[in-house]
Amino acid sequence: MDRISRSRINDLVIKIATVNGTGSASANAFLMQAIFRMGIPVSGKNVFPSNIQGLPTWYEIRANKDGHVGRSARVDLMVAMNPKTYSRDIKEVLPGGAVLYDSSWPLAKELMREDVEFFGVPLSQMCIANFRGSRQQILMKNVSYVGVLAALLDINPDILCTIFEEKFGAKPKLVELNNTSVKLGHDFALENFQCPLQSHFEIMDGNKDSVIMTGNMAAGLGCVYAGATVGAWYPITPSTSLMDAFRSFCEKLRKDPETKKNRFCVIQAEDELAAIGIVLGASWMGARSFTPTSGPGISLMGEFIGLAYYAEIPAVLFDIQRTGPSTGMPTRTQQGDILTTAYASHGDTKHIALFPADPGECFHFAVTAFDLAERFQTPVFVVSDLDVGMNDWVCDSLEWDDNFVPDRGKVLSAEDLEDLDEFYRYLDVDGDGITYRSLPGVHPKGSYFTRGSGHDKYGRYTEDGALYEEVVDRIREKVDSAATHVPKAEIIEKEGAQLGVVTIGGCRGAVLEAVEELSNDGFPVDYLRVRGFPFGPEVEEFLLSHEHNIVVEQNRDAQLMKLLTLETNIDKKRLESILDNRGSPLSAGIVVSGVKDLVDLFLTTTNRN
Amino acid sequence: MAQTGKPSVRHPSLKVNKLGLTQRDYEGSMSTLCAGCGHDSITASLVQAFFELEIEPHKVAKLSGIGCSSKTPAYFLKEAHGFNSVHGRMPSIATGANAANRGMTYIGVSGDGDSLSIGLGQLCHAIRRNVDMLYIIENNGVYGLTKGQFSASADVGTKAKKGEENRMGPIDPVALALSLGASFVGKGFSGDKQQLVPLIKAGLSHKGFALLDVISPCVTFNDHQGSTKSYQYTRDHVQEVVETDFVPVLHEITAEQASGDVTSVAMHDGSVVKFRPVAEGYDPTDRDGAYSHIATRQAAGEVATGLLYIEKGSQDVHSFENTVEESLVDLDFEELCPGNQILQELQKQWR
Ligand SMILES: Cc1ncc(C[n+]2csc(CCOP(=O)(O)OP(=O)(O)O)c2C)c(N)n1
Ligand code: SF4
Ligand SMILES: [Mg+2]
Repeated sequence: MDRISRSRINDLVIKIATVNGTGSASANAFLMQAIFRMGIPVSGKNVFPSNIQGLPTWYEIRANKDGHVGRSARVDLMVAMNPKTYSRDIKEVLPGGAVLYDSSWPLAKELMREDVEFFGVPLSQMCIANFRGSRQQILMKNVSYVGVLAALLDINPDILCTIFEEKFGAKPKLVELNNTSVKLGHDFALENFQCPLQSHFEIMDGNKDSVIMTGNMAAGLGCVYAGATVGAWYPITPSTSLMDAFRSFCEKLRKDPETKKNRFCVIQAEDELAAIGIVLGASWMGARSFTPTSGPGISLMGEFIGLAYYAEIPAVLFDIQRTGPSTGMPTRTQQGDILTTAYASHGDTKHIALFPADPGECFHFAVTAFDLAERFQTPVFVVSDLDVGMNDWVCDSLEWDDNFVPDRGKVLSAEDLEDLDEFYRYLDVDGDGITYRSLPGVHPKGSYFTRGSGHDKYGRYTEDGALYEEVVDRIREKVDSAATHVPKAEIIEKEGAQLGVVTIGGCRGAVLEAVEELSNDGFPVDYLRVRGFPFGPEVEEFLLSHEHNIVVEQNRDAQLMKLLTLETNIDKKRLESILDNRGSPLSAGIVVSGVKDLVDLFLTTTNRN
Repeated sequence: MAQTGKPSVRHPSLKVNKLGLTQRDYEGSMSTLCAGCGHDSITASLVQAFFELEIEPHKVAKLSGIGCSSKTPAYFLKEAHGFNSVHGRMPSIATGANAANRGMTYIGVSGDGDSLSIGLGQLCHAIRRNVDMLYIIENNGVYGLTKGQFSASADVGTKAKKGEENRMGPIDPVALALSLGASFVGKGFSGDKQQLVPLIKAGLSHKGFALLDVISPCVTFNDHQGSTKSYQYTRDHVQEVVETDFVPVLHEITAEQASGDVTSVAMHDGSVVKFRPVAEGYDPTDRDGAYSHIATRQAAGEVATGLLYIEKGSQDVHSFENTVEESLVDLDFEELCPGNQILQELQKQWR
């Protein structure tokens, strides 16, 4: 029989099925890191329940020599550690694939498959015999399956050993414990199975200058580098790890060297309304301030977002999207807040938004977001999602330009104010829609009243329609002018392509993989990924230059497609959708088959015309 | 609301403070509230208190929510930065502003609707964090700006203008603040400037959250017979528990009082709050005592006023968060951005 397809070197999908709260996460991370250190492009995705202990959890590792590490629906090797999900897990394995299971208890006959190879290892028995205490026995079982995989897939255990030493250097007992566990699994596999499998890993050179990061970690670090000093938040999955990262980086990097006091302030607010209020208060004073949240938080922040827009207060909001509406599926991914963030709050509003695709962009866009917020004196959304924010990505290592000077926008100094006859907060002196700002406490002449109620260009309260309109019209132009300042769309053109494929955010990996595959199959397509809103002119140009465009996104209602029809001159009839809305990261297969189906459709309609 | 400033003719006889400013310099634009509104009297007391404390107006941040009361920051300290935020959410703006810039004097003005209904949560949490600010509730028992609905501070049995009677018990901001561990709680009456000005001065000098609940009759919707927040009712039922005097740090020697039963509490800047109990056995540094005394007075249908509670040496949000002494807004970018070398070091663990 065709065992895990002979030819598969450095091209494998391993899925690990466990129970949450059993400590498998760190074992899985070790495995991924070991593959990374062999130089093989790799990604790790968590599929976890909204629960703390006792429910099924999966971790999907995809290693691919060509760098395609978006999610793949295929499973080559299943590590089945959760008897409750045996049945569905085993069904998922590709014919020719393999299953690793704990043979301490026999596997029911009906679960066996002819077309899949089974590797039974008595992991529990081994761990009970070798370790003391149930906690240790459970934890080390995870590390032992990593040992088995090391043997089956030809990962040198020394790599794991080095990782343990780096991680637990200060606790030699822990290093030893982990090494023993790896050895248990590794030795058993060598004795009982023919190792390595035909499909296995070989050292290559694909990860030079790369790091493994999550998007939230990178965004938190970006806030540190951007010079943010005040962060406010209310805990919500999947955004929590962003503030955790900011705080822990600050604890390391933002202490006054002498007093050991904090050059930052993180406030855990009582709710998201307060979180955004704190951000606006701090920004009003001139601090760079931000809040990470998810859809439910954005909904609560609505009123204040409008105030910030209208009173022209900078603010940075990270929306790590999860499935809505309402509480939805809190631990599953979605791109369901594209429209909400674009026009958040009542009345006429429109907001600058950035859409990072990976941790590298999360880092850099965080910095850009603060610059744009201060330059345009308005809220800026960094619209990420659970897949980008919480999963483990390999990305180019981060570089910082030490000559970077933050763009604080038009802020008047005490000297500037001293020289002015009269200061008017909302007067468009330069004719670019952006007015001068003064900060509290700087100079008596700088005082003005920040208000969300009607005001004229002098900052005075008004209920005069014409004076009101003058201000809001200027604000519209101001925000529109950000179109050429947000990150430009990523565009890849293919020889002979007729069709445009448009996508956003974390869909990038899967769509690029699909573009390659389509090209190899004789369907070349041009690719555009939107990275900012308001859309730059290149977005409209791209759409208009293709008879048909297919918009790939992860929500039910085609939100990006709708936004494109609202904000560009493209005819709705020239846009089609591929929608993926089940809460998992996008996989290339969906895009490939979706595009092919649509191409068929275009051909038949064209013929009819 | 008016956009017109007041004529800035300086009367030669006007008193000048240490900064060379007159009381006029602490005023704002013309009020547009109803004539006789209690809120305007509180504004006048604020003007006097800031003048006497000799605070630079532009070093003050004045904040509010939404309501008639929340309009008043426009009517004092025209040289101070103002923030008229959204309904009930001013405490969060103040919290963030104070986190970023601890060098300002913060004054928040709110109403009973703004603070006790829509904004109750934010008020409680600002108290809990002990944000360094004076927070005044201009309490009239109704929503003035939306035309006279009962607020959560309306007393049982109080009658609306149209005759309808309130049956639900009030939320008392004083009792609430005490139970939440507030570090400064005072109660005043808009009509008693003599008592109110020292209370405002003490509240402004207090390090931490100073809550001042001021009964402030709404002449348009809640000043009739049957209302428990009218001028008449309040005058008849106010019971001062302590006489308060505030002695700023610079004036200490000249303002010495000779009274035997005066107690002093030193503020963090060296100023002194002096009080002489009027009610027998009242000690505003004893939280439990204050709580039970106020409850007893309330049960007797009286309104206990004055400095009700003050905690000596209270810790504010900056001590909890261990922030640097200078304001975060004054830190240079170089002190905040760790640079490329550290970034490269940091990333070694992710390889
Ligand atoms: C979100 C929201 N809901 C409702 C209102 C309408 N509103 C404006 S002021 C107010 C009540 C104000 O009462 P209070 O704080 O007691 O102030 P007062 O006018 O009595 O001084 C209400 C309900 C609003 N501005 N915002
Ligand atoms: S309605 Fe009442 S609270 Fe409002 S301004 Fe008039 S008197 Fe004052
Ligand atoms: Mg009121």
